[in-house]
Amino acid sequence: MAVDKQESVKSLFTAQSAKVDTNRGDAYYEKLYAQCRARLDELKELAPLNNRMDFKESIEDEGLDRRDFLKWASATTAMLMLPASFTPLVADAAVMMNRVPVVWIELSDCAGNTEALIRSDGPKIDEIILDIISLEFNETLLAASGHQAEKQLEDAIEHFKGKYLLFVEGAVPMGMDGQYGTIGASGETFHDHLQRIAKDAAAIVAVGSCATFGGIPAAAPNPTDAKGVMDVVKGKPIINIPACPANPSNMVGVILHYVLTGSIPELDSLLRPKFAFGYRIHDNCERRAHFDAGEYVEEWGDEGAKNNFCLYKVGCKGPMTFNNCSIIRYNEGVNWPVGVGRGCIGCSEPDFWDKYAYERPMANANIKAPTGGVEKTVDEFGLGLLTAAGVGIAIHAAASAVAGKKESEKEA
Amino acid sequence: MAENNATVENNTTVEETKEEVAPVEKKGGKKHIIVDPITRIEGHLRIEAVIDENNTIVDAFSSSTMFRGMETIMKGRDPRDCGLMAMRICGVCTGTHYQRSIEAVEDAFNVTIPKNARIVRNLIQGALYMHDHLVHFYHLHALDFVDVIDATKADPKKTAEEAVKWAGVSGHKPYISAEADFKAVQDRLVKFANEGRLGIFGNGYWGNKNYHLTPEQNLIGVAHYLKALDIQRDLAKMQAIFGGKNPHPQSIVVGGVTCVQDIKNPARIALFKQLLKDGREFIKGAYLPDVYMAGTMYAKEATDSDATYTATKGKGVGGTGGGILNYMSYGDFKLDDTGFYNAEDLFPSGIVMGGDVSKVLEVDSQKITEDVAHAWYEGTGKPEHPYVGTTIPKYTGLDKRDDGYAYLKTEEKYSWIKAPLYNGEKMEVGPLARMVVGYAKGDKRITKYVANFLKRSGLPITVLFSTVGRTAGRAIETELMSDVMMDWVDELAKNVANGDDSTWTEFDFDEVSVDCKGAGMAEAPRGALGHWMVIKDGKVTNYQAIVPSTWNAGPRDEKGQLGAYEAALIGTKVADPEQPLEIIRTIHSFDPCIACAVHVMDTKGKELAVYKVDPTCAF
Ligand code: SF4
Ligand code: SF4
Repeated sequence: MAVDKQESVKSLFTAQSAKVDTNRGDAYYEKLYAQCRARLDELKELAPLNNRMDFKESIEDEGLDRRDFLKWASATTAMLMLPASFTPLVADAAVMMNRVPVVWIELSDCAGNTEALIRSDGPKIDEIILDIISLEFNETLLAASGHQAEKQLEDAIEHFKGKYLLFVEGAVPMGMDGQYGTIGASGETFHDHLQRIAKDAAAIVAVGSCATFGGIPAAAPNPTDAKGVMDVVKGKPIINIPACPANPSNMVGVILHYVLTGSIPELDSLLRPKFAFGYRIHDNCERRAHFDAGEYVEEWGDEGAKNNFCLYKVGCKGPMTFNNCSIIRYNEGVNWPVGVGRGCIGCSEPDFWDKYAYERPMANANIKAPTGGVEKTVDEFGLGLLTAAGVGIAIHAAASAVAGKKESEKEA
Repeated sequence: MAENNATVENNTTVEETKEEVAPVEKKGGKKHIIVDPITRIEGHLRIEAVIDENNTIVDAFSSSTMFRGMETIMKGRDPRDCGLMAMRICGVCTGTHYQRSIEAVEDAFNVTIPKNARIVRNLIQGALYMHDHLVHFYHLHALDFVDVIDATKADPKKTAEEAVKWAGVSGHKPYISAEADFKAVQDRLVKFANEGRLGIFGNGYWGNKNYHLTPEQNLIGVAHYLKALDIQRDLAKMQAIFGGKNPHPQSIVVGGVTCVQDIKNPARIALFKQLLKDGREFIKGAYLPDVYMAGTMYAKEATDSDATYTATKGKGVGGTGGGILNYMSYGDFKLDDTGFYNAEDLFPSGIVMGGDVSKVLEVDSQKITEDVAHAWYEGTGKPEHPYVGTTIPKYTGLDKRDDGYAYLKTEEKYSWIKAPLYNGEKMEVGPLARMVVGYAKGDKRITKYVANFLKRSGLPITVLFSTVGRTAGRAIETELMSDVMMDWVDELAKNVANGDDSTWTEFDFDEVSVDCKGAGMAEAPRGALGHWMVIKDGKVTNYQAIVPSTWNAGPRDEKGQLGAYEAALIGTKVADPEQPLEIIRTIHSFDPCIACAVHVMDTKGKELAVYKVDPTCAF
C-alpha cells in the first residue's frame, strides 16, 4: 500500500462523514418504536438460551444496580443514535440479549478484542460475560476445549442454524493455501473454518481491524497474505467493527441493535455501522478549536503539548479517521489516544499500519512504502493542505467538545 | 528478505480423531500421552509426556505449532513506529512489547527519558502487572486448584468463617465476608449446574482426587473468580488514565511519554490512586488469602522433593513442578534517572543457578543466544545472538502414525519456539525468578515480602521451587507492586507540583539513526523480555525479540537440555492419565503466552484434541 498522494490525502481529509440522520421526524421514530416494541415482545416469549440465567430478575432485584443500569441504557441509546424516548426499549433489549446466540471464533489475532470485551462497561461485567451475552462458543471463555469445544461449536451452529451472530476476531491468512493457520482435529485451515461456520450464521460481525481489513498480519509485506473477512466471505450480511482493538461499546451496541430491531444497523461503504463510524475523529475532537486556531504541538512535551494543542503535526490522523472514540472514549470513558496527547493512528481505517500509524503528518512519513510512493516533507504540502482544510471544516468547529472534556474531567 | 520466500508445509496434517480418548501409545509399560490444546493460555501449545507404569512423568516435550513473521513486518520501517506494531504481538501483556521496543530505540539513540516519563511508564507497567497477575490467577489458573462443582456442597456460613481465617493469615480483612454473599454465588452456581450446562465452567476435571480444597474453600475461590472480573476492569482503567486506552495503550514515544496533560491534572492522579487503592484491597483481602489457602492445601505436592526433575539428576530440591531451577531476571522498574541500564531496579537483575540462593551471577547480555536445533527454523549450525539472529522458517512436520494421531518428531525439529540459552544453559524466567533473584541478592524490599509470605504460610523457602511456588511468587510480587505504586503516584504528583512538567527528551533523529543498534531488555509480567534492533539510515534492518515464553516454553537445545516447561513436568505423579490436571496445573503456573513466543497472532488450533482439557479462557 503506497503512501497516499496529495490528492487522495485531500479527499480523505475532506470526505463527507456518513452519520446516521438523527432528525427524521416523529413519524419515522414512532414507526420504528412500534416495530422494536413488537420485536421485543416476541423475543420475550422465547426462553433465555439453555443455561443462561434470567438476567432481568437480577436487574430488578437491586435498586442501586437498577439505577446504574438505566444510566448505562440511556448512554447506549444515545450511542446508537436513537432518541432518548427509546431508552426503556434499549433497557428491555439489554436484558434480552441472551436470546440472541453469539458464536465467537478466533483466527490470526492477538486476543486484544476478547480482552476488550471483558472491559465492557455496563451494569456488572461478570453478568455481561456469563449471562447477558449468550456466548455459545468463544475459545477464550468457553469451558469445553478440544473435541468437546468442537462439539459445542457443532451443536451451536446446528441448533441455532440461521440465527446466530458470528463474531470473528483475527485475519484470514490466505497464503500457502491457508496453511499458515489451521484449527481443529482435521487441521482445517482458518479459511475453511470461517467459511463453514459462516454458512449458517444470521450475520457476521468482524471485530477488530485484523478481522475487518487484515490488520497487523496484513501490514506490508503481508507475509501470510492475510485478509479481512469481507474479502473472503461472500453472500452473508457482514458488519465491520474495526479499531485496534474494537471498542467494546460498539460490540455490545451491534448486538443490542440486532436484538432491538432484528436487523443489522445502517452501514457505511466499508460495512461499518454508521452509529459508530459515522463520525470523523477530527470533527468531535476536544482539541479541534486549536486545530482551527492553527495551534499545534510541534514536538512531544513542548509548550503546545502542555496546553492541549492540536496533534496534527505530530501525526494525528483524526482528520482521516472515522470512529466514535472522540465521543465515547475507552475504558468507561476514562481516556482516549488524543486525550493522552498521542493522537489518532487511524486504527479503524483499512491499511492503517502502512498509511497512518506513524508520528509524523501525512507525506512527511518516513514509512515503508513497498510499492514506492511519495516521501515528501510536511511543509511541501501538509501545511498547504492544513490551511485549506482548516478553512473548509472550521464552520463546525466543535467548541462544545472541549467543554465536554472539561465536564467529564470533573466527573472523574 | 529470505523470510518472504520461505514456505511452510502444512503443520497440522492430522486425521480427525474418532473418539474422545487419549492417544496413549504404550511401550514397555510406558505411556506416551499428548495434551493438545493446553487451554486457559494465550496462544497454542502442545505438551507430549511419557508416563511410566506408576503414572509418573519421565519425559516431556513442549511445542508450539504456528508461525507468523513479525520480524519481517518490522524490517524497513522507521524505528519510532515499531513500538505500536510490536505491541500487537499480544493483546494480553498489552503495553509491554510496546515499551521494550521503544527502549531498544532509546538505547540505540542513547536517549535518557525525563523523570516524569520514567514514573509514568512504571505506573503503566505496574498497572499491567496487577491486572495481568490477577487475571492469570483467577481466570486462567484458579480452576487447577478450585473444584467449582464441589463448591455447590459448601455451607455458606462456614465459608464466611473460612474466608476470615485465610484473610487473617494474610494479615488483612476478607474482601468478601458476608454469608449472604457466598450464598448468592452458590445459588447462582447451583442454578447453572441444574440447568445442565455449566457455561464457562463446563467439562472440567471436577471430582479429580488431586483437587484438595474443601467445599467451603472452593466456594471462596468461585466467589473471588467472579468478583475478579469486575476488579480487572478497574485495573485496566488505571492503564488507560496515562495510556489512553487498554488494551493497547498509546502514550509511549521514543524519548518519553505524551500524556503531559494527564499528569498535570490532579483529578487524574487522584483517580489513579483511588483505583489502585481499591485494587489493592482485593489483592490483600482475596488474592493473597487464596494463595495462602491453596499453598497450604497443596503443600504436600509443593514440598515433595522426590517428584522433581532434580531428583532424576541425583538430589531432589523443591517440590512438584520445580524444573530446572535456573532463574534469570533482566531487572526492571527503574527507580532513578541515571539511565536505563544504570538505574537501580525495583526487581534487580541477576541469575540464580540450580536453586542455590547463596550465589547470584550478573547478567551479561552478550551471553544470550538462540538455538534452533529442535525448532522449525533454518540455522547456521550454532546458537546466535539476537542482533545477528534470523527467523527463517523450516518446517519439517509431525509424525503421523497409524493410530490416527500425529506425534512430535522429538528427535529432530518439533516446535516453532526457538531455544534461548544463557551462556549455553537453559533458564526459567517470570515473577518467581524475579523474587528468587531479588531474595538471593539480598534486596531489602523483596526479601521482606518473601520472608513475610513464608512466615505467614509456615512453609520452607524450598516451597518456592515448585508449581505452587511459581504461583506464590506471582502473588508476592503483585502485593509488592500494589504497595510500591502508591509511592510512585505520590512521587509523580510531587514532582509535577514542584514545577517539573517535562515528559520528553529531544534528539535529532537524522543524526542518531544513521548506524546504530539497541536493546530493550527488561521484565514483562511473564518474565525477562528483550527486543533487539539494528538501525541503518533511519530504518530497521534487523529485529528480533526473545519473549518470556520463549525461555520457558522452548524445546531442547542441540545438547538435549530440557526447556523449563519440559523439566518442570518431570517427576510429577498423575492421578488419572485421562485427566492431566497436574500437567496443566504446572504449565499454567508459568502463565504461558505462546502467541508471543512464536510471534504469531493467536492460533489456538485444536488439531489433536486428545484430552478433555478443561475450561478454555485464554485471556
Ligand atoms: S488532535 Fe487530531 S483529531 Fe484533534 S483536532 Fe487535531 S488533528 Fe483533529
Ligand atoms: S482514536 Fe484513532 S487510533 Fe485511536 S482507537 Fe480511535 S481510531 Fe484508533
